[in-house]
Amino acid sequence: MNTEWMIEALERMMLIRAHEETAAALQQAGRAPGSCTAIGGEASAVGVVWALGEDDEILTNHRSAGHLLARGADPNRLLAEIMGRQDGYCGGKSGPLHVSASELGVVLTSTIVGGELALATGVALSRRMAGREGVVACFFGDGAACQGRFHESVNLAAVWGLPVLYVCENNHWQAFVHRDETMLVDSIAARAPGYGIEGARVDGTDVIAVHEAARHAIARIAETGRPYLLETVTYRLRGHFEPDDMAYVDPQEHASWAARDPIDLLRNRLVGSGALDRATLDGIEARVARRISMAEAFASASPFPAPEALTTHVYA
Amino acid sequence: MTMMTMMTMMDAIDAAIAAEMRTDPSVLVFGEGVATKRTALRDEFGAARVRNTPLAEGIIAGTAAGAAATGLRPIVDLLFAPFLCYAMDEIVNAAGKLRYLSGGQFSFPMVVLAHTGGGWGVGGQHNHNLEAWFAHAPGLKVAMPSTPADAWGLMRAAIRDDNPVLIFTDMALAYAPGELGETAVPIGQARVAREGSDVTLIGYGKTVPACLEAAAELARASIAAEVLDLRSLKPLDEAAILRSVRKTGRVVIAHEASRTCGIGAEVAAMVADAAFASLRAPVRRLTGPDAPVAACFPLEAAYSPAPAAIAAAARDLMGDHVPRDLALAV
Repeated sequence: MNTEWMIEALERMMLIRAHEETAAALQQAGRAPGSCTAIGGEASAVGVVWALGEDDEILTNHRSAGHLLARGADPNRLLAEIMGRQDGYCGGKSGPLHVSASELGVVLTSTIVGGELALATGVALSRRMAGREGVVACFFGDGAACQGRFHESVNLAAVWGLPVLYVCENNHWQAFVHRDETMLVDSIAARAPGYGIEGARVDGTDVIAVHEAARHAIARIAETGRPYLLETVTYRLRGHFEPDDMAYVDPQEHASWAARDPIDLLRNRLVGSGALDRATLDGIEARVARRISMAEAFASASPFPAPEALTTHVYA
Repeated sequence: MTMMTMMTMMDAIDAAIAAEMRTDPSVLVFGEGVATKRTALRDEFGAARVRNTPLAEGIIAGTAAGAAATGLRPIVDLLFAPFLCYAMDEIVNAAGKLRYLSGGQFSFPMVVLAHTGGGWGVGGQHNHNLEAWFAHAPGLKVAMPSTPADAWGLMRAAIRDDNPVLIFTDMALAYAPGELGETAVPIGQARVAREGSDVTLIGYGKTVPACLEAAAELARASIAAEVLDLRSLKPLDEAAILRSVRKTGRVVIAHEASRTCGIGAEVAAMVADAAFASLRAPVRRLTGPDAPVAACFPLEAAYSPAPAAIAAAARDLMGDHVPRDLALAV
């Protein structure tokens, strides 16, 4: 990846972080319901989503803001949706947890853990039946990897030869339970051969490594005609939901992962190599802050949906 | 006059699927054994559009929901209604809700097929009338035909519908032949199966023939029973129900599903709410018990309201009232 790409990736990751922190702050101020953030997962989101083609589709889960913003979602409309406002992507009916945006190829977001795995095969089937190239990226966590639907989905996609890029963002937390309590093995990607498909595990704090792994995975899907299981190893640096005191988190473990914050890693790398100077960085920071503050103003000014919206969009 | 085609309900459903697949390339069908058992469909439309799946109802329904959201019109056969418990999340939380939650960005034109009711002695994990569960969930439509002609018409309407539709087929009726018409059967439209003026017998699926038998018995006692086949449970044809109730003033609702929170409760409440003044007697519900179904034939048969019980309930509602045709005669 060239320097320009890395600097753009850094800015997008910073935008995602600022957006998520704003959503959390709005909850604390009583101005938005609690959202599930993916702070610490920005490199995984940008690295994978930027490997996708324009026509590729995405299914994601309740920690979706990074995937949406990496895809190019408008922060104004995303924050408006989180605040339940009319100008949000779903007219305020989704809130923070089920945001979808057809114009971005983001086909539905599931807050039922594993629901995205259940639908991904169908979206890929549509693509296959229409003879369209490309992939369907399905983002899920290590928690969903413990769901029966994981097995059912990967197995069916393998058997039917569906172009699904399964992306397990292993962030070590399943709501309030550490992954160590729910599985005896470290690797979720290691399951791939059991389904007759390929898989890989990549450092999810390194956006470049994630991006390269995702590009390789997408190329392999095209070559083999089978799905691919990519595991990005990350850490959920913020709580499960807002608010969350995180009293259940081992401070040492948290600190060790905080020291590998994906944004810091990329920034230090760019600054250290001389590719990014202080003035440029200041400019990025100011731009991100301005963008999010504009989004907050837009979302705050957007009205709540009218009461008539209560029963619209129930049936097509 | 054209020759009437005789067909079973299951064949009628396949004929409807084939007809829709011929005109709409986005229609496809999948489920466990679909390609194995529906050989005519497989032969005509090929392996890509008629697919076998693993025995995994959740992913079958989820795949249908994902496909429906992105341009296909899938039909899935989940075999037996109790298996829908495995597919509940995909049907209720995904297909039923995600149109709403996405602010109308996606629609879910899919059909879910499942057998329901007694008749095969297959016991409680294959026989369970779950229609009210799905009628209660927002965003879904539920239909249950009682004749091959209705199965054909409802199936065609369901495939064309832009919403998720569940079609339950009664096991006792599934392989009984009947005349196949050429009439479209819109979802949400009940059918007057027999005209009458003294009492309305409301059924769906297997209780429609039971109501018709009861009506014949009542006719011998000069009681003119009207039989209404609901056909669709969601949306319910409120207008047809109220029209009949206002005419007769007496209602017996019969269904095989358990009583509590069943479709009969909804019909009774709706009648009480909108046509109370027309009622000449309390609304009577005849239903299956709040118990699982046993496999042995006598217990299975006893589960569903029998014609004699329906007729007795109607007579009871008639009370001291002399049927109008008799009153005129004397």
